[in-house]
Parts: sequence; C-alpha cells; structure tokens
Amino acid sequence: MATQLKEVDAVIVGLGWTGGIVAKELTQAGLKVVALERGAIRSPEKDFAVPIVRDELRFVVRHDLMQNTARDTLTIRNNPSQAALPMRRLGSFLPGEVVGGSAVHWSGHTWRWTDMEFKIRSMYEERYGKNFIPGDMTVQDWGITYAELEPYYDKFEYTAAVSGKAGNIGGQIQLGGNPFEAPRAREYPLPPLTPILASEMFTQAAKNNGYHPFPRPSANASRAYTNPDGSKFGACQYCGYCQRFGCEANAKGSPLITVIPIAMRNPNFELRTYSWVTRVLKATDGKRVTGVAYTNLLNGEEFEQPAGMVLLCAYAINNVHLMLLSGLGEPYDPVSQKGVIGKNYCYQTGAGATLFFEGRHFNPFMSAGGSNATIDDFNINWDFDRGKHGFVGGYNVAGGFNTALPIGYRPVPRGTPQWGKAWKAGTAKWYQTAMNIGASGSVMANRYNYYDLDPTYRNAFGQPLMRMTFDYKENEHRVGQHAAQVINDIAKSMNPTRLNEATVRTQWTVVPYQSTHNTGGTIMGTNPHDSALNKYLQSWDCHNLFVVGANVFPHNASYNPTGPVGALAYWTADAIKNRYLKNPGPLVPA
Amino acid sequence: MTDQGFGRRDFLKKAVAGGAAAAATATAIPTPNMGAQAQQPTTQPELEGYEFLNLDEAAFVETLVDHMVPADELTPKGTDIGISIYIDRALAGAWGKGERLYMQGPWQMGVSSQGYQLPLTPAQLYRAGITATNDYCRKAYGKVFDRLDETQREEVLVGLSTGKVSFDNGLPVRVFWTTVYQTVMEGMFSDPIYGGNRNKAGWRLIGFPGAIAVHRENVEKYRDKPFPAQPVSIADMS
Repeated sequence: MATQLKEVDAVIVGLGWTGGIVAKELTQAGLKVVALERGAIRSPEKDFAVPIVRDELRFVVRHDLMQNTARDTLTIRNNPSQAALPMRRLGSFLPGEVVGGSAVHWSGHTWRWTDMEFKIRSMYEERYGKNFIPGDMTVQDWGITYAELEPYYDKFEYTAAVSGKAGNIGGQIQLGGNPFEAPRAREYPLPPLTPILASEMFTQAAKNNGYHPFPRPSANASRAYTNPDGSKFGACQYCGYCQRFGCEANAKGSPLITVIPIAMRNPNFELRTYSWVTRVLKATDGKRVTGVAYTNLLNGEEFEQPAGMVLLCAYAINNVHLMLLSGLGEPYDPVSQKGVIGKNYCYQTGAGATLFFEGRHFNPFMSAGGSNATIDDFNINWDFDRGKHGFVGGYNVAGGFNTALPIGYRPVPRGTPQWGKAWKAGTAKWYQTAMNIGASGSVMANRYNYYDLDPTYRNAFGQPLMRMTFDYKENEHRVGQHAAQVINDIAKSMNPTRLNEATVRTQWTVVPYQSTHNTGGTIMGTNPHDSALNKYLQSWDCHNLFVVGANVFPHNASYNPTGPVGALAYWTADAIKNRYLKNPGPLVPA
Repeated sequence: MTDQGFGRRDFLKKAVAGGAAAAATATAIPTPNMGAQAQQPTTQPELEGYEFLNLDEAAFVETLVDHMVPADELTPKGTDIGISIYIDRALAGAWGKGERLYMQGPWQMGVSSQGYQLPLTPAQLYRAGITATNDYCRKAYGKVFDRLDETQREEVLVGLSTGKVSFDNGLPVRVFWTTVYQTVMEGMFSDPIYGGNRNKAGWRLIGFPGAIAVHRENVEKYRDKPFPAQPVSIADMS
C-alpha cells in the first residue's frame, strides 16, 4: 500500500524550466510546494566541469542526460492503419531526465511566437477565406494574444540571459534586428553573440537575395550577466559543446542555475529526486484533483502526495501521458473527433543544405548554441503570400553551426566513398571547409496526428505506453519544398565549390535526430469542447490542475518552443498567485 | 598480413600453445622517466586484449577496421588507432548489453521509419552479424571475411552497405551494417579514453581540437583562418 504523506499546497511534477519557474513563483508567494522529479540532480561545478563534460560519445551518442527508454518510452507509427511499435531507443527527439530537464541540454534558441500562431484560424480565414484551411487541418486559435504574453516573454528573456538584437521596439523597426518580429517593450538583456564565418557569409548572401537576416536570439550569455533575480551567468566560451551538454561556464540560460536554486533556498520548497509520478489522483466528484501517486526509484516504495493544486511540468510528451494514465479529460478519438486529450500532436519539419568552399576555414568547433544568422521572410512575415503556395505556416532559415562534433558531423560532398583512403581524404579536406544552411518548418495540426494509450506495450511500472501517430501531410510537404528551393537558391548564389542540395522531408522517421520540439496533446483554447485547458493552462475539468509546457500548443510553429513555454509558465504562475489563490475555481467560465 | 592468409587469429592460436612465451612479452614492465621517448605514442599494453570478441570475431573486426581505415600518410590503420579495441569495449560494456534499450516484446520488424526493432542487444547483433557475414563469405568465396583479398573484402562491404548482400538466417543486413559503421566511426572519433582514436589520430585527421575548453577569443582571432589544433583529450586534461 502506498504511504500517505501530509498535504501540501502544491505539488509540481517535473522540475525543468516550467516546474522551476512555477516553483520559484509559488514558494515566493508563500505556498508550501513539493516538486517530484524522476531524474537526479547534477551540479554544474562537478558534473559539467572540463574535461569530463567534453565527451561527445557520452552526452551526444549515449544520451547521458536524456530519458531512459528502457524504463519508459512511446510507441510510434505514421498513421492509424499501422501497428505502432516501441521507440526502443531515442532518436528523433531527446527529452531530458535530470533536474533542469531538457533545459540543461538545450541550445538556448529563444523566440517570441506571435499572433500569427495565437490567432491562426482567424487570420488565415480572414485573409484567404473559409476554404483555405483544409478540412482535416485542425488548427484553432489559442485563446491568448501576443500583447497579453509580451511582459512574460520579456521576463523569461531577462531571466534566461538571452543575447540578441531587437528588431521592433514599441513599433519602431531597429536596424540589425528581425524586422518581422512583433513589438517588444525593450531591447534584449544582452547584445548578440559574436558572429562566426558561416553566419557572416549567410548574412551577406541573404541580403544579396533581398532577405532580412539577423542574429538568432539565444540564451547563451554574450558576456557576464546577472539576471533580475540575482542569478549570475558567465560569458559564453563558444566551446562548440552546447546542444546535449550541460554548460561549464554557466553561460547557458538554464533553470539549474536560475529559478531552481532560488526555489531550493526557500524553506517553503522541497525537491524529491528519483520520484516517478505514476498518476494524478482525481476527487470522487471529478471536479478536482487531490494529489499524485509516485514511486521512489531508489527503493520502489510507493507514496501518495496530497496537494491543494497539481501542476504537471514534465516534458511535453510525459504531461500528456500522465493525463491519459490518470483518466483526466476525455481521450481524443480521430474518427469521431470527440475528446481532447491527445489531440493535435505536432512536430516540426525541415530541410538543409551543406555548402563546401575550398580554401575557407569555418572552424565548426568554435560556436555558441546560437551561432547562426536567421531570416524570417517566410515565417512571421505576414506580407509573404501563402495563397499562391497553398500552405499554412512557414519556416525560418539559418546559416551557421551549433554542435558540430566529429562523431556526428563530418560533411562530405555526396558521392564521396564511405570508407577507405578516399573517404579519409574527403573527410580531412571538407571538415573545415563546409557550412550549413537549414530551415525549420512549422507543422499544422491534423486530425490524424494524435496521442492515445498503446493497447500492447507497457513501461517499467506496468502502465501502457503512450502511442504517437504522426506523419507529415501535404501542407508540410509544400512548406518543405518551398524551404528547400529558397535554401538552394541562396546556397547557389554563394558559389560553393560543391553543394549538397536541400531536399524535402516526406515521411517522419524516428531516426535520426530532428528536434526536441514535440507539441500538443493537452491544448489550450477558448472552450472545453475543443481544448483541454483554458488560456491560463488550467484544466477545464479540474480547476486545481494546471498543465504547463509545449503540450499546450494547439499547433507547432517553425520556431523553437522554449520562448512561449517559459513565458506561459510565468503567465500561469501570475494567474495562480493573483487570481486563483484568492478565489479557487475556474479562471475562465466554461 | 591477412592478405597472406596468416592473420592474427593464427598467431593467437599458436600463442596459446606457447603460453609462457606469449605471457612474457605481454607483461613487459614499463620503465618510468623515459623522457622524450615516453611522450611518443605507445601501444598502451594494458589496453590490448579483448574483453568480448572471440578469436573469429576479433579477426573479423580487425580486418574490417583496417580495410575501412587503411594506413596512409593521413592516419595509421584502424587497428593501430585502436578502433577494434573501442568496438570490443563498447560491446562488452553497458551499451553493448542493451543499456537504455527498450527490450520488451512482442517483436515485429515494422517499417523503417519505426527504427530499431530487433530482439537483440548491440553485442548480440554484432555477434550474429559477424557469423552471418562469414557464412555469406564462405558461400560466395569459399572462405571467411578475414581471409578474403582486398577486392573481395571491398565487394562484401559494398554488398552490406547497399543491401545487395542478404543473410540466410533472417538477420537484417541493413541494421547490422548501420551498427558496424556507427561503431567504426565512434572508434575513430570519440575521446581516446574509450580505447579508440589513439594518439587522437581521428581528430588530427580533420583538425578537431578535442576537449579544448575555451574559444571566446579564438572565435574572432581565427575567423576564416586555420586553427593550429594540437588536439587535447580528456586524459590530457585530467
């Protein structure tokens, strides 16, 4: 029998960016908070020190900081007629499993998603008519506006030490920034990172082609920085080991060096690591939740932690899994299109070219997490007419490097032998003389892309794995084709010695790595018939349950998700502190 | 050496017979304070010997890595870089034993977009794949892989990598080849602490500086200039 623990004001499941932000905010408001984290705690001083952290095999290839699929994974398939099979090891995406979550190993790319996402259906229907959005494309408005979220974007960017150049301050376009961005109240907290050769060459080529390049905003501190909470950052060392690694310089915006230590110093807060939450406990009337059940991974002992409020802050996929395992909300059914839990799972698409320039020295091992220049001309630029291209959404294009380590990154022109003397000579010749141009593309929600519980496979706790049904649809193929064309045109205008042209992704596959940008499944919205949560990420069914993370996005944009994930965590924390605690109940009438 | 039909396997079999002599050569006592000579790359005798691979498998892997990474002016050959040692240690260790691999059935091959679906740990896959490749070679050439001449070896690797070779026992060639290829690359380019990339030969090949800590100044100083990389490993900095 599970041991019953003493009730606390709030229990947080998962302690990454969202759990960390909420933990800090709620403990400062005086609430007694317990956070349950399945992973261990790592210390930047000991675990991310040089030289131990400079290990591509351990951190990139063997997934040292990531979810262990032997214990819990997903089943996967491309469409409902296929048999789903377990994702037996990680590949396409890499959820973190450690205190700090995926925010320990992210690159830091931090974007502000705009009303082009939040009002997607209204804006496209207004401009292109009711029939432009295909019938099976289940995109819908989010119920929130950019203006509401702006102060919270700002708060997150200043907390996470984002380096960048504003493109629009209060409606005034700023030279050198992204002219398409929505207005921001003030500059980024830190100036942009030092450009590398690849980003400089891309910037020039993009300008020559009439586009509007700008340095990618990234939570890699371009110089030493103290954030408004007093958390201290070192300056980024351009070490080349960013994505998939902890940062030894404390230069990467991570909850592990910001909000989590602040929460941990607060006597109102308790962190329990190695604590695996198996389900959320529902009150008999179904209108509230009463706490969570979890297992201590160090000895197998089971506990029930009662709480006045439950906040699911695990990785986006795992939040949805917990909702399904706990019987919270009605599971989505793609045939009847009834139910909401599991609905609108989205991912991202992309295309990439490799350019080879004899005689240049790119030094791909010198880079920050965000050492690239980007164009948004085909992304948040509403003047770009999607009508003639027949797609919803868009893509951003970037030139530069992130993590270019040699087990995984050894570019050679297509047709180079894969082994032998000619392979070695090609590898030696081209490693230093290659650069990439890549696009990240949006994925629109589709009726047949969704999650539910798998009927066959189980995790280490005997619970059903979650089943992911996903593939790229015609809309994404068109986005990808357009992106590949633009990339190849830019690349050719740069006259490379050799060019591996960008091609289109047609089918989603579980290998290789693509991005850890899984969205949807418990989406926010304007009413309980087509969404799981209201605009404050509060469950429509149980008012003391909040679900925070990219799982709330009704569709996926081309941008990395962490900007709105962080902003929405602050937004939700404020709604709880300022409104919910005074009058616990639904914050939006159903 | 394998070209002449007398490979490491033969040597080892003879060495077992003359055990005392072999043992004596293997336990040479290192002399401290050898000055400049000690700085030269050594064969690190404590890293020699296999933990997982049996004699047939060792002969296969050594032949394979020396074929894929032949000696030339750019690098020593695969076995001299330690790639076979790397592979042996990887297969003997946690990864080879299936750490982090979801191993519950039922088992189906699925479609390629569903990734790895075999009921085998990497070590089991390697073992079965070597046996199957040698069976194929016996049928096609009348001898096992490590006894083939260079042209025949090349034919076999092309067959494995393009899926033109198929195994009679049902083991999917593609999965075996992908794993083999990945581990050879790991043995060439991972930190030398894992037994491969000896003397940082793989990193020297491409000019990768290794575990270097900082590039904050270098990022401007060496923009579009060759970086004078003397690669450093984890051991160098420990």
